[in-house]
Amino acid sequence: MSAIADTLPRPLPLWLRAVLSHAILAILLVIYPLIVPDFWAFQIGGQSLFLGVISLSLMFLGGYGGMVSLAQMTVAGVAGYLIAIVGGNSLNFGLMWPWWAAVPVAIAGGTMAATLIGAISARTTGIYTIMITIAIAMAFFYLAQQNYTLFNGHSGFASILPPQVFGIDWRAPIPFYFMSLAVAVLSYAIVLYLSRSTFGIALQGIRDNARRMRALGFNVTAHRIAAYAIAGFIASLGGILLAWFNSRISPGTVDTGPIFEVLIIAVLGGMRHPVGPFLGAVIFVLLGTFAIDFIDRERFNTLIGACFLAIVLFSPDGVLGLWGRFMALIDRAGAANNMLQRPIGDEDGIQPAAIGRLIPGRK
Amino acid sequence: MKLFVLTFLNGLTLAGLYFLVASGFTLVFGLMRNVNLAHGSLYLLGAYIGFEVGDYTGSWFLAVVGGFLSAAVFGVLLQILVFRRMEGQELRQTMVTIGISIVAADLMLAIWTGQTYQFEPPDWLYGGTPLPFVKVYPTIRIMVLVVSVAVGVALWLFLTRTRIGMMIRAGVDDRGMLSASGVNVQRVFATTFAVGAGLAGFAGVVGGSALSIAPGEDTRYLLASLIVVIVGGMGSVPGAAIGALVIGLAEQFGLAYSPTYSVVYTFVIMVAVLAIRPQGIMGRA
Repeated sequence: MSAIADTLPRPLPLWLRAVLSHAILAILLVIYPLIVPDFWAFQIGGQSLFLGVISLSLMFLGGYGGMVSLAQMTVAGVAGYLIAIVGGNSLNFGLMWPWWAAVPVAIAGGTMAATLIGAISARTTGIYTIMITIAIAMAFFYLAQQNYTLFNGHSGFASILPPQVFGIDWRAPIPFYFMSLAVAVLSYAIVLYLSRSTFGIALQGIRDNARRMRALGFNVTAHRIAAYAIAGFIASLGGILLAWFNSRISPGTVDTGPIFEVLIIAVLGGMRHPVGPFLGAVIFVLLGTFAIDFIDRERFNTLIGACFLAIVLFSPDGVLGLWGRFMALIDRAGAANNMLQRPIGDEDGIQPAAIGRLIPGRK
Repeated sequence: MKLFVLTFLNGLTLAGLYFLVASGFTLVFGLMRNVNLAHGSLYLLGAYIGFEVGDYTGSWFLAVVGGFLSAAVFGVLLQILVFRRMEGQELRQTMVTIGISIVAADLMLAIWTGQTYQFEPPDWLYGGTPLPFVKVYPTIRIMVLVVSVAVGVALWLFLTRTRIGMMIRAGVDDRGMLSASGVNVQRVFATTFAVGAGLAGFAGVVGGSALSIAPGEDTRYLLASLIVVIVGGMGSVPGAAIGALVIGLAEQFGLAYSPTYSVVYTFVIMVAVLAIRPQGIMGRA
């Protein structure tokens, strides 16, 4: 089931391994912000968590649905813009609603935008989905840039701050970290639960063979649009955190760079398991923060682009895939019969390379 | 009336430019099922190298040739070094082109900085040409239109009248069958990639002369190519011409009559086409 689980001694039953590995991870994640400096909790921890959430939405769509949508940052951006417009910003342009009204509106708006994107692109798969969602995402970027009546054009909105609830300033490093962690855990649980639900299994069936699923009586398009909506809900959560983290939102947030970064993060980490995007986000944020030490800050895109290329060329399953291969080597060195106990589910995550092979032609 | 005619002419010239870029994109896609998301980078690379050649030699025509050749060589290298190694893995190829476009954009920014460049076309292209309704219209834009029509006709002749064009069309229809009948498919792929990429570089110099070149133009023309082929139908050169016309006109009329929502026009056209004819206007189901 999970690559992390593989690190533990073999004889433990599967479910126990899963519970143990998740428990250890949970303890580490809770202790982490309390023992590191604020910079590490906020810039590294918080940022990795919400970027991971946005990429998780792509992993859900791509990994289980076979639809690599590049409009996930756009959905996050819609939610971010909504929280600015509805919740208030420095321009006093917005409606200045309280947070408990603004947040649901932003989430609902983002989810609706995602559903719409899904409705437009659900009849396509593979590279066609990529093309159409890129076109949608870029069109949204140009719209946000040229429109001043709604999006305030090039400068966007500033001073988008999380509320003070229960007397806590949620933009302070440690509260922000725990807020992001809560959202990340919720999103992770949603994806993990759905991947084993009837809906998730049907979605994976559609990914593997849409025609056969249609013949079995499943409404393929409806399943795909529903997947877009769920992914949109998750991306919206991440988008609100993103806006609060930067305390601003502008067309730059939904430009081609960030659009591709969501994909880079998901592919870096691996699309086989929901933990992949979070791994990818940690690597991405660490590279972004410390690249300055060994490469000119201006050339960060070259570095991250090269890392992405290396992963796509040499390990299509991302870091998770590398880990899996490493564990397989250890397994081979150890008892051969342990291979028999390897969970079948290990293989059912989609590999980016495999999706390409699965699509014979235009549907 | 003047605004309308002027907008119409601007739409036509923009459509010409879009066609130059998108025809290569759609040709490569039709034959190799490869969505080359680095196509915009080829446009910008051709423009920059064309500029350097023009700057060095002082000849605008050599700049055009330089733009075409540099992008063509880069395209062939991409085909040989990258895509040939992952044939049939469409999604992976597409992701590789995303990576390449990110790195290429960043390296071009490092070399040519964020500055805006302007070509120096020959004197006879400067100035305006008298036309009805609009009094004068920039000659260089008329040239863009003429060149794109000429390229369109040349491309059509190349595809329908030459042996290699026949092979390319056969490959678009059935790659396996073409290969089975003894044709060296890899050479056909490389030729198509060279022509498609070269056209993007060529468009870079032509577009850079009529407008200007700066970082970010790569994504602009990539978006244009994507929408043109989605609307026109993937793999079809006449489709690219129709798509370019529709999108170019929609963009210019949008900009002229409702500046802050002009992208929405393009977007609505794309959605409408996808809803009614998902394979595009000239696409085959």
